[in-house]
Amino acid sequence: MVTVSLEMSGAEASRPYIEAAAPEHPSLLDPSHRMDALFGVVNIPNVVWIDEQGMVVRPAEPGWPESQGVRLRALSEAMPKVGRAPGAPPPPTAAADLRTQLASGQDRSTYADAVRDWVTKGAASEHALSADEVVARSQPRSMATSQAAAHFELAQQLWRTGRRDAALGHFRECHRLQPDNWTYKRQAWSAVSEERVGGDVGRFVQGPVEGEEDAWPFASDFRSDVAVLAPGEYYPKTL
Amino acid sequence: MILDSLDLTAQQFTAGTGWEIKPEGACKGEVCVPLGRPRDFDLVATAERLRMALVHDEAEGLWALGPESLGDRSLVTAAAPELVLDDLEGREFRLSSLRGQKVLLVSWAPY
Repeated sequence: MVTVSLEMSGAEASRPYIEAAAPEHPSLLDPSHRMDALFGVVNIPNVVWIDEQGMVVRPAEPGWPESQGVRLRALSEAMPKVGRAPGAPPPPTAAADLRTQLASGQDRSTYADAVRDWVTKGAASEHALSADEVVARSQPRSMATSQAAAHFELAQQLWRTGRRDAALGHFRECHRLQPDNWTYKRQAWSAVSEERVGGDVGRFVQGPVEGEEDAWPFASDFRSDVAVLAPGEYYPKTL
Repeated sequence: MILDSLDLTAQQFTAGTGWEIKPEGACKGEVCVPLGRPRDFDLVATAERLRMALVHDEAEGLWALGPESLGDRSLVTAAAPELVLDDLEGREFRLSSLRGQKVLLVSWAPY
């Protein structure tokens, strides 16, 4: 196993989690989201299976390396009241709650079993795909997606070198060009909420603090965007 | 891939994109896209051929080259691209160093 942290702000944001896990496998940092450009990752967690010959046998898909249900961090006490981005889509009247949304789609409880099946049986596993299937089932990539990736690269480079306003413009552009790329959105939302809130929960707020909506620099926010999804759309079922 | 100019060598292009410039064209895995036998590497023409976005931020003096979109999918081949990243201590790791083993490549983030 190789784990890759898609976090632009530097090693310190990822360090506590990596040190707590004390992994024996390589644990890498991917500040410019190379995983998105190279493998078509659009959300986290995402998993890619690669065989002994270096061939992808399952393209990037939502997956969990151990059997687990939905675990939302216990953040409620420290979490500020979160508002909505002024331009966010209105919530549907019957919107499912966040936990229900995140639990729909890919089955968390059986994903690790599918991995074990492949480890045991190799190419004979029903989950190992042919090369043609791998390509066909990898994420769509249009010129707009390529433009989104270029804008994201500019955004993270400018953000990391302190050019905040210029970075925000490129974040907004990559969100517009590839609205279903959740790592581009969550990265940007978390960076701004971390600035404002900080502490253990800053990166998880991902929306404006209630009462400060006008200062939020993005068209939407995490809760508003997830609320308008159909069941299974956030972590699509691929297995 | 971030650039401060469009003056790029074929080697730099390969390191940044995974596409190798060979006599038969730009190649990734078993896929080769003819480039019309240019004498020198031409970034703009190659980007256009591979349908890679080239975005310029004039005020900041930066360019960014997006990934290829010529096949309409994020993978043009099942051959895993090379991935070179550092760990917490700044040690460089190459995905290709695990050739011969099955690899589960897991993306996560602290947000």
